[in-house]
Amino acid sequence: MPEPAGIVMVGASLAGLRGAEALRRSGYAGPLTLVGAEPHRPYDRPPLSKHVLVGDLDADATRLPELASLHARWRLGSPAIALDRTNRTLRLADGTALAYDKLLIATGAEARSWPAETGGRLSGVFTLRGRDDAAALRAAVQARPRRVLIVGGGLIGCETASCLRDLGLAVTLVDPNPTPLAASLGTFVGGVIADCLRDAGAAFRPGTMVRAFEGDGSGRVVRARLSDGGAIEADLVIAALGATRATGWLQGAGLMADPGGVTCDAACRVLDAEGAPCPDIYAAGDVARWPIPLYGNRLVSVEHWGNAVEQAGHAARNMLARPDDQRPYQHVPAFWSSQFGINIKLVGLTAGADALAVVQGSRASRRFLAVYGRNGRSIAALSFDQARWLPAYAQAITAGGAFPPILDATDQPRIETAAPGFPPRATAPAPSRSETVHA
Amino acid sequence: MKIVADAKPLRVVVDLNRCQGYAQCCYAAPDAFTLRGHEILFYDPAPPAARRGAIERAVQACPVRAISLQAGADDGETP
Repeated sequence: MPEPAGIVMVGASLAGLRGAEALRRSGYAGPLTLVGAEPHRPYDRPPLSKHVLVGDLDADATRLPELASLHARWRLGSPAIALDRTNRTLRLADGTALAYDKLLIATGAEARSWPAETGGRLSGVFTLRGRDDAAALRAAVQARPRRVLIVGGGLIGCETASCLRDLGLAVTLVDPNPTPLAASLGTFVGGVIADCLRDAGAAFRPGTMVRAFEGDGSGRVVRARLSDGGAIEADLVIAALGATRATGWLQGAGLMADPGGVTCDAACRVLDAEGAPCPDIYAAGDVARWPIPLYGNRLVSVEHWGNAVEQAGHAARNMLARPDDQRPYQHVPAFWSSQFGINIKLVGLTAGADALAVVQGSRASRRFLAVYGRNGRSIAALSFDQARWLPAYAQAITAGGAFPPILDATDQPRIETAAPGFPPRATAPAPSRSETVHA
Repeated sequence: MKIVADAKPLRVVVDLNRCQGYAQCCYAAPDAFTLRGHEILFYDPAPPAARRGAIERAVQACPVRAISLQAGADDGETP
């Protein structure tokens, strides 16, 4: 009898690895294959835009620990390019056909790149997502560029701005919004980061859109042309424009998948084009989009480290369970960042917040804990160097606690609420019912 | 500290969602964990094997169990 095809993890990053470990820890002893687009064993991404960029860590020091004996077949360096559900087979870019009994889709997300027709292919224009990106950007930084332009004030944009100022480079950060991190944290909090940028000696240009990059005769970037007709000279550009879910390979597979993610039910089972869960295909991590009960069953994909770990573990559990024992995934999204010497942590989703209260510390001191409210409920909590307070508020958020959360505590001045200051959502080319949390 | 991957390093990762900056790891294994600013943890994800004892103490000392250490040698086939 031929060997069974076993379980295949498509994606060999954090979610694929932790999912594989969970399968082995739960006693799965059958064949296990991890398919990875990159040639590297799973590595940790958060250090790339921080310690690797600044030179405290080599890119190849970021390999993740393998916390269980996987006894896996690794198919690295060749991405999956097609899925044939009828024959339960994957096709890889190198031509291999790979059979599966069960599949975990954990292909993650890809950096949104700058369009080639407006200068995206010029040398000196970088994105930062993978280990090789980080190594290449680090090398470019070591060549001491004279003027760096960072496009996009999300987490990657702000973290890289912080690192490059630590290295003494001339940095300009442009963002269409009034402050950095406006889409994820609002301008009330984003204003603190704008102050940090200026204190660190970076130029911050709010309300600014880049139209195109221009190069010299040798194809090297020299400047950015702005929508308002102005220009910014730069010999190194970091396009920090967020990410799109790696679902291109699922085209034609008959699944609910698009650049916003692959849609799952609460049990992490992927839905087919008719909306029925596939019993043998699960998804986890950045690529997965699922309904979160805490936020009204909105379909959300959560591009955070903790979700990759937890969701992969949960999907692995359900992959091994009977069809009538498929448990729902319960998760409160959370992320952290460090920039400008501040440890930033968020628990919950801020989308739709109508009020914000600073409940510990003060915004002026840059050490504070803020709670986001919506319709009288606490929906998210954010800490700037106040991480130890966060778990208490996380509990309140999970329980749907009131906003403002605590009034008239003995050691607190009267808590005042403010508008969080979310900018209007940019008009998307293709409106979608779902959303992505990527800060 | 500048960290370069060793020939046969250990593998460490900290769940920074869990980390609360108690700094117990910094006392147990000061060559592998340091705090920067008020509460940013910087750690060596690929420390030399000789630090294993100290890092195992750090794993045990963490009040929120945020540190994971690869216990055994690599297994499985490479591509």
